[in-house]
Amino acid sequence: MTLVEEPVGHESLLDVSDLVVTYGRGRFARRNKLALKGVSIDVAVGETVGLVGESGSGKTTLGRAVLGLLPVTSGTISYRGRDITHLGRRERRSLAAEMQVVFQDPYSSLNPSMTVREILAEPLRVQGVSSADARSRVLTLLDQVGLPADAGSRMPREFSGGQRQRVAIARALALEPALIVCDEPVSALDMSTQIKILDLLVGIQERTGVAYLFVSHDLEVVRYVSHRVAVMYHGEIVERGDAAAVTTAPQHPYTTKLLMAAPVPDPDRQAERRLERAAVLAG
Amino acid sequence: MSEQTITTSPAIGQSVARQGAFRRMLANPMGLTALVVLGVIILVAAFGPLLLWNDPGHARLDQVNSSPNAGYLLGGDSAGRDILSRLVAGSRITVLGGVVSAAVAAVIGVSFGLAAGYKGRSFDLTVGWISDLVMVLPSTIVLVAMFTVTGPNAVLVMLILGVMLAPSFFRLTRSLVVQVRGNLYVDAAKVSALPDTRIVGRHILAVIRGPLILHFVLMTSVSIILQAGFQFIGLGDPNVPTWGSMLQDAFRSIYLSDTAFVWPGLAIAVTVMALLLVGNALRDALDDVDPKAHQARKRAAAAAKAQRSTVPARPLSGAILQVDDLVVGYDQADGEIKKVVDGVSFELNAGEVVGLVGESGSGKTQTALSILKLLPTGGRVVEGRICLEGQDLGGLDEDAMTAIRGVRVAYVPQEPMSNLDPTAKIGTQLAEPIRVRLKVSRKEAAERALSLLEQVNIKDPQRVFDSYPHEISGGMAQRVLIAGAVSCDPDVIIADEPTTALDVTVQAEILDILRNLQGQRNLAVLLVTHNFGVVADLCDRVVVMQKGKVAETGDVRRIFAEPEHPYTRTLMAAMLDGRPSRRERTEVTA
Repeated sequence: MTLVEEPVGHESLLDVSDLVVTYGRGRFARRNKLALKGVSIDVAVGETVGLVGESGSGKTTLGRAVLGLLPVTSGTISYRGRDITHLGRRERRSLAAEMQVVFQDPYSSLNPSMTVREILAEPLRVQGVSSADARSRVLTLLDQVGLPADAGSRMPREFSGGQRQRVAIARALALEPALIVCDEPVSALDMSTQIKILDLLVGIQERTGVAYLFVSHDLEVVRYVSHRVAVMYHGEIVERGDAAAVTTAPQHPYTTKLLMAAPVPDPDRQAERRLERAAVLAG
Repeated sequence: MSEQTITTSPAIGQSVARQGAFRRMLANPMGLTALVVLGVIILVAAFGPLLLWNDPGHARLDQVNSSPNAGYLLGGDSAGRDILSRLVAGSRITVLGGVVSAAVAAVIGVSFGLAAGYKGRSFDLTVGWISDLVMVLPSTIVLVAMFTVTGPNAVLVMLILGVMLAPSFFRLTRSLVVQVRGNLYVDAAKVSALPDTRIVGRHILAVIRGPLILHFVLMTSVSIILQAGFQFIGLGDPNVPTWGSMLQDAFRSIYLSDTAFVWPGLAIAVTVMALLLVGNALRDALDDVDPKAHQARKRAAAAAKAQRSTVPARPLSGAILQVDDLVVGYDQADGEIKKVVDGVSFELNAGEVVGLVGESGSGKTQTALSILKLLPTGGRVVEGRICLEGQDLGGLDEDAMTAIRGVRVAYVPQEPMSNLDPTAKIGTQLAEPIRVRLKVSRKEAAERALSLLEQVNIKDPQRVFDSYPHEISGGMAQRVLIAGAVSCDPDVIIADEPTTALDVTVQAEILDILRNLQGQRNLAVLLVTHNFGVVADLCDRVVVMQKGKVAETGDVRRIFAEPEHPYTRTLMAAMLDGRPSRRERTEVTA
C-alpha cells in the first residue's frame, strides 16, 4: 500500500519495513505467536503518524520494537537511513538523544524515589551535560510543559495523573529528540485533561518540529493529533492514509466497524449511528 | 485523574518516601523507644570496654559465684570474674556478630538478587539453584562441622553464617526486582540508553531499599540468636567473653548462683527485642500505617452505629431509588472526616436509565457503592438517606443488605475479570446464587444460567458454562457478570463503568446487551461513567457530579444541547467529537 497524501515534511525520519515480531522464544519457538506480521510504516520529520487499533492488535508492540525494547524477528527499522534494527545498548546511546518515549501509565512511568528535577536531569547528565546546564534546562522544560518552576523539587506522587504526564513529556523532550513514540499518552486521563495534553503535544510539535509516532485505541484522539493514520488489526496494518479521510470515510471493513462502535456524545446522532452499525454488521 | 487533585499512587515505590519514613518511625512511641534502646546497646558495644574498671578476664577467688556486691555490681561467675564487665565486653562481639553476618548476607544476597532479577533467564536459574542448595544446608550442622576443623574462630562463624543467610536476601531481592523491573520508568531509562549499573542502582535498588533495610534488621536479630546459641553449646572462643558463653557458664553453676544466668539472658533478649521492634516500626512507617488509624476505625464503627439521626426534609417520591443529601466520608487518623460525597440527591424511577457522570475524584463511584453498602474500609454514610422503594436502607444490617443485593439491586463492576473467581467454573458461579437465592433445584438453576448466557448474546452458552474465567475474554467475562446481575430478577442495576476496561467494539456489544435487557425487563439502571458517548447511547437522564457535589441534573438531550452548569460546559467543550482534524486545523490557520 503506498501513500497518496504528501507528508508534512518530505525528509523521512523513521522507516519500518516488513517488521515481524514474535512472542516467546527458545525451545517453544514453534508455538510462537506473531505479534507483528510484516508491518511497514514511515514517519517524516515534524509529522504525527497515528497508529490505531484495539488491544492485541500489535500497535504497542510496534512502538516498543522501534524503541529497541523488544527483539525483532525479521524486517528492518531504519532511522535517518541508518539501520537500527538490532542495535546493542551501547550503540543505542547515540540514538537516545534522537528518539524518546511517553508511556500510557503516568503512575508507573516516573520513578517514585526521584524528584522531578532528578528525573528530568538524568538523561541530560548521562549524555554529558554539566550539572549547572542541566539545572537551567530543567527549568526551561518545566516551563515548556506548563508546570511551575518549583515542581522540580517535588516527588512524582505529589502530582495528579495529568501533571505526571506533563513530567513524562518533559523528560522525553529533555534531549530535544526528533521523534517521540507516544504510547496511549492520554488514555489514562480524564477527558478535560486529555485535550490539554493533546494540545500541549501539538503545540510542542509546532514549535520544535518533533515527529510523533502516536499509538492510541481512540479514533477521535488520533484524528485530533495526527497527519496520517494507520489502522492495525491482528498484527497487520489494514488501512492507512490521511487522518481525516480514514477517520471519516474508512475503506476497510474493520476501520468501519471501529468507527461505528465508538459512541457519539449526542443522543440523536448516536441513535442513528446505532442503526448504521446494525446495518453494517448485518450485511 | 483531573489535573487539580493531588493523588497518591498505590505503587510499591511509594514507600521510599525519603526521610518521611524515618520521621514517621520516630513519631511512633514504640519505634522511638526501641531505637533508643538499640542506640544505647550500640554505644555500650563501641565505648563500654574502654570504661571498664574490672578486667573481664581477671578471676578473683573471693568472688566465685558471688552475689551482687560493691566490687562486682552484678556478682561474679564460676571463675570469680566480674559479670558486668564480661557483659559489657561481650556486647561488642554480639553486636558485631549480628551486623557482620547480616551485612555479608545482604551484600551477597542483594547483589545476586539484583543481577538475577534484572537479567533473568539462565543466570537467574543458576543462581536460584545455588541459593536453594545453600538454603537446604542445616546451618547448625555446618558450623559444628566447621568447628571441629578450624577450632574456635568468631570471625569465621560470622562469615559462614552470613553466607548461610544470604539466600533469604537473594529471594527477597529477586522477587522485589521482578515486581519493579516491569515499571515503565525502567523502560524509559532504557530508551535513554542509561547504563545497566545506573538503571539497577537508581531505578531499581533505590525503589526497593525499604523492604531490604527491614530484612537487614530482622536478619541481624536472627544471627545474634544463632551465634549466642553456638556459644552456649560451647562452640565459641573460650578466651573471648560472649553472652552465649556466659549463659553456658551460669547454667553450669545454676545451683551455686541463681541470678548469674539472668544477666546474659536479659542482654540477649533486650537486644533482639529492640531489633524486632525497630523492624516492626520500620515496616509500619514504610507501609505508612498510622498507629492511630486503628482507633479511627473503631471510632468510625461506633459512629456508624450511632448515626442516622438526620432526617432529610424531602418527602418520599414514587421513585424506585431515592438518594437524599447523601454525605459519604472517610475517617481520618486525626478524627476528621474526609468527605468524598457531599450532599448528593437524585432519584431513579422504574424503567429509567440515569447516568452518573463525572471525572475521577468526583465521587460518582462512592455514591454508587454507598447505595449497595459496599464502601471500602473506613468509608461510611455520614448523613443523608438512601431509600429503595420507600424503604430506608440506612437502618438495615448486613444480613438484610445481603437479602437486597443481587435480588433487588444488582451490581455490574468495572473490572470483569477480577470479579470472577478464578478457581470455579463460570457455570457454577452463575448457577449457585440462583439456586440459593431463588431456592430452586441444582438442575433448574443450571438451566436458568444457560438461558441467561444465551440472553447476553453468547453464541455457545454450554462452552462458556463449562469454562474457567481465564479461558474467556474480558468482553465475555463482562457478559457473564451482566447475566449474573439479572439472574435473580432485580429491579435496579448499578453499573460502575461497565465498559471502561473493554475495547471499543466490545463496548458497543455490551451497550447493546444492556439496552436490550433494560428494555425487556423494564430495569432501572444507574450507570456510572465518564464517557459521554456511553451516556448518549444509553441514558434517559444525567446527574453530573463534580468534587462530591451534584453540578447539574437533567434530561439527556437537554444536558447535551444546553448545559447550564459551567462545569458541564467545560466537560462538553473538552470533547474531541466534531472537532476539525489536525490537517483541517492547520489549513485554517495557514
